[in-house]
Amino acid sequence: MAGGKRTLASLLARWETILVFIFIAVIVFNSVASPYFLNPTNLLDTTFSFVEKGLIALAMTLGIIMGDIDISVAGIIALASLVMGALSSIGAGPAALVAAGLGTGLAAGFLNGLLATGFGIPMIAVTIGGISLFRGIAYAALGDQAFTKYPPAFAFLGQGYIPGTPVPFELLVFVVFAVLFIVLLHRTTFGRRVYAIGNNPVAARFSGVRVQRTRLAVSCITGFMAGLASVLLTSRIGSTRPNIAEGWEMEVITTVVLGGVAITGGRGKMGGVILGIFLLGFLKFGMGLINVPGDVQNIFSGVLLILAILLPGLVARRQEAAGLRKTRDT
Amino acid sequence: MIRLLKRRETTLILIIAVMLAAISARAPGFLKLGNLRDILTDTAILVIVSIGQMMVIITGGADLSVSSGIALCGMSVALLNWMVPGIPLPVIVALAIVIGFVLGSINGLLVSVAGIPPIITTLATLGIYRGAVFLESGGQWVSAHKMSEAFREFPHNAPLGISNLLLAAVLVAVAAAVFIRFTRTGREIYGAGGNRAAARFVGISLARIDYLVYAISGTLVGLAGLLWVSRYASAQNDTARGFELQTIAACVIGGVSMLGGSGSLVGVILGALFLGIVNNALPVIGLSPFFQMAIQGFVILTAIIVNSVVDRRTQAALLRTRKL
Amino acid sequence: MPDCILECRAISKYFPGIKALDGVDLKLRSGEVHALVGENGAGKSTLVKLLTGIYRPDAGEITLEGRRVEFRSPVASQAAGIAAIHQEAAMFADLSVTENIYMGHHARMKRVPLLSWGAMRARTRALLADLELDIDPDAQVRSLSVAQRHMVEIVKALSLEARIVIMDEPTSALSLHEVEDLYAIIRRLRDAGKAVVFISHKFEDIYEIADRFTVLRDGKFAGEGRVAETGVDEIIRMMIGRSLTQMFPKADVQPGETLLSVQGLSRTGVFKDVSFDLRRGEILGFFGLVGAGRSEVMRAVFGIEAADAGRILVEGRQIRAMSPEQAIEKGIAYVPEDRQLQGTILAMNIRENATLPIIGQLARRSFLDRGRETAVADEYGGRMEIKASSWEQAVNSLSGGNQQKVVLAKWLAARPRILILDEPTKGIDVATKARVHEFMSRLVGEGLGIVLVSSEMPEILGMSDAIVVMHEGRVTARFERGEADQEKLIKAAMGRNG
Repeated sequence: MAGGKRTLASLLARWETILVFIFIAVIVFNSVASPYFLNPTNLLDTTFSFVEKGLIALAMTLGIIMGDIDISVAGIIALASLVMGALSSIGAGPAALVAAGLGTGLAAGFLNGLLATGFGIPMIAVTIGGISLFRGIAYAALGDQAFTKYPPAFAFLGQGYIPGTPVPFELLVFVVFAVLFIVLLHRTTFGRRVYAIGNNPVAARFSGVRVQRTRLAVSCITGFMAGLASVLLTSRIGSTRPNIAEGWEMEVITTVVLGGVAITGGRGKMGGVILGIFLLGFLKFGMGLINVPGDVQNIFSGVLLILAILLPGLVARRQEAAGLRKTRDT
Repeated sequence: MIRLLKRRETTLILIIAVMLAAISARAPGFLKLGNLRDILTDTAILVIVSIGQMMVIITGGADLSVSSGIALCGMSVALLNWMVPGIPLPVIVALAIVIGFVLGSINGLLVSVAGIPPIITTLATLGIYRGAVFLESGGQWVSAHKMSEAFREFPHNAPLGISNLLLAAVLVAVAAAVFIRFTRTGREIYGAGGNRAAARFVGISLARIDYLVYAISGTLVGLAGLLWVSRYASAQNDTARGFELQTIAACVIGGVSMLGGSGSLVGVILGALFLGIVNNALPVIGLSPFFQMAIQGFVILTAIIVNSVVDRRTQAALLRTRKL
Repeated sequence: MPDCILECRAISKYFPGIKALDGVDLKLRSGEVHALVGENGAGKSTLVKLLTGIYRPDAGEITLEGRRVEFRSPVASQAAGIAAIHQEAAMFADLSVTENIYMGHHARMKRVPLLSWGAMRARTRALLADLELDIDPDAQVRSLSVAQRHMVEIVKALSLEARIVIMDEPTSALSLHEVEDLYAIIRRLRDAGKAVVFISHKFEDIYEIADRFTVLRDGKFAGEGRVAETGVDEIIRMMIGRSLTQMFPKADVQPGETLLSVQGLSRTGVFKDVSFDLRRGEILGFFGLVGAGRSEVMRAVFGIEAADAGRILVEGRQIRAMSPEQAIEKGIAYVPEDRQLQGTILAMNIRENATLPIIGQLARRSFLDRGRETAVADEYGGRMEIKASSWEQAVNSLSGGNQQKVVLAKWLAARPRILILDEPTKGIDVATKARVHEFMSRLVGEGLGIVLVSSEMPEILGMSDAIVVMHEGRVTARFERGEADQEKLIKAAMGRNG
């Protein structure tokens, strides 16, 4: 029995080790593609392209571990961006815009959670409707137009640096939330409940865990983080179009699964996901360096997603067979 | 059971009838035969792909890659037609179907053999196939003047009285109806989706069924891809983006349960028609076509909620019949 | 005497860490009803799964009509003429009765390779009529009662021309009238020359319709014989290997004030008008057969499902809108029946499982405190004598007995005043069973009140200060200690008040 636990631990350790190796490979590849890549200032600048996705991935980690997959996050970004654009066009200031963006995200997440917990519908089914609804509202309101008037002060959030340093403000935001989420998942009762629900929601309920309330909370958190990502993204590109962040849901799920979170729930660590965020972020950046178009980059994301799910399954199957052989010989 | 089935389909027919009446009150021209035929033609491709989607959802999965599949198959045959205009049309049709079958098979193998959850698999292939379109086309479009006349005219030609496009939809619907109701494999799809353990017990090969539904979906996607690019006389990198959600909407509206095990062909066709009418009615009631997505999302959510509420009520009613 | 149609010789089956079957023999004859008897966990279900091709034996052989056979899959077993009817009907709820019977082998038309629904419906109607069942072939299975679903499964077995029909607890969840119908059908199957095997721990079933029986105990063959020639005591002795009196360490405790009072509790379609009181220092036994509704009542008391009517009072005060969190707060703990699904989170370790209900109390302002958690695991894991290399060990690597100890430790750590145990010793080895009983005795001595839900008569009779019997959702009898015996219990559980 003790032997089984050791091999399991070594498997997990192996996954993170694999990630580290791939990460190093990506860094090497990127620095070959561009000699300026390893320059610290440039390195910091690359984070602009992926920390927004990273923020969402932090929240999705909670959701996927708990067994709820929300595929409407990119739609929430579009909706929040729409609200901010609309307010900006009537002269709202940056503080109001931030509040609106966060609030919209939170409201959307709350709606998803309410429908899923209230009607007993799987989150993934609810959010298939959500993608259409949220992004659809953006399309309905904007059509092929865009909001482009944002106050200059607003631009700081997505484009600015911490005064006197080459560290992007976005990166700071990410680091702060990354720490918060690590603590939330691994050091609080909330995180313990998330793992419990993800592994066995029935037993969790029987043990007094408020399953539906926790699911609703995670859904709200996911919406909020999508709103936050929308604030930063909108600020960075300075405009709102209905197709903003298109395809992001797939990338975010890929990131989370790549980080070692089982798609079926119950397992995974925030540290692995953070590693995955940087890994995927640098990989895509590197592909951009050699001018690989966005759609083609998605081929890599898709293949990675499949591999990330396949490999642990294969290893697990070999372990089971070994365990069975042992008992027969006793 | 027949009574229960009739309830969902009759409700849909009623809703559609009411919608048509309401819209034609606003715009009397809406109910003209020509316009209705246009609506059917517009909805033909949606019907074809939704039928494949229905089979996938009945087994408990979902095929999110259909939009990218349409684009990839469409772009492939369009490119072929451009570069080798002499290829006879039947061959083009066959090729489109074969390519679609291959794409669907990839999904099917990943789900049935590799055991990857369907939504993740098709989410990944959604991206992979879309990227492949770009690789294939080099970022270029295949526009109308690059296509042979036979190619462009194909969906509009009406050798049998109705346009090929409508004909294709009718043929697919009939074939699907026969398959799903009158063949063993067709019924096994319901079995596999309704209760996997019981299905295994009676000898149904789950791997085979899981593979098959994606292969079928892919085959229909191939046909749809050809029809799409030839009808709109254009093969772009963005072709059919977001279409997968429409097919899922058609299924959900038609009463297909996202949990698997139940769903009727007539319901799905009615669901597709419903969406087709809504889309067509938008300009009539003064809404831009950009409202399509939002309405779709709203309808999906409503349909899912209705499905779940009806389920709960029937379970509660059953409990009440138990005499204690 | 008819010849042996199927024989199992020295069958063994292993799982990681367990020997489920060890050298078991079984002889089935055509035109005979055979009862497979044994305590929970004796190996009956495993043996059935071997016969139906779900598992394959690791040792021994199965012969069918003298020839050695190997069932590589359920389909192979079915093709050989073996049909199994499951306790939890394995049906396609959204499909029709006809389709459920024909799934996997739909009938085709003669000239065209298309399905012939007319023929299938007609045959189904004929089969249903044969058994005098009033079920519509087009009815959706979802709309049928549990009893009707059983019947449909039997019809399905007949449609497959089965020669051997296996039933697992066929009379559970059936009303008295439905049980009589089922007996009639089983007799009809026997008269038609089928070999019928059923698993049951109800002597009623055994003595009403079985011709022969085989007893399993702890995975081993423990005896067989003809029902008409064997008394109940002899069968019991084969089942448990010792006479009844030795097993139960029950100290005498004076019951104190009422801890829990349940009044007129009802849930539409599940249970009706259930009332009982639990006093300090008392063990209240809840007996009944599977499907009687006892677990459902306890789940309502614990707040997992809401009751539609009635009151629950804890220490005199009514609790409205009970929920698990509230129940825990008010000092109620519920150890559920299904250890693996409801009792523990297998993938998590002992410490995490043991502290889950009280994790809020153990944390400092919502931050987890490993030290406090380990202390709890030390104290209660130690008291329960859980055998593990450390508290960080995953629960899924523990034996069944130890897993149950984790569940008990978890609930003890919540310091309940009222402890509800639902089949606490099901599927557990005899040694651990005795320990659990000792433990229960000690707990009531310390002032707890315990509700013991159990289907095992010896356990109920040996441990309870008072017994409540339920049948089909209602309370049918109450006994004080010493008033009840097996016959009275069975009668009440079967709905015949004694």
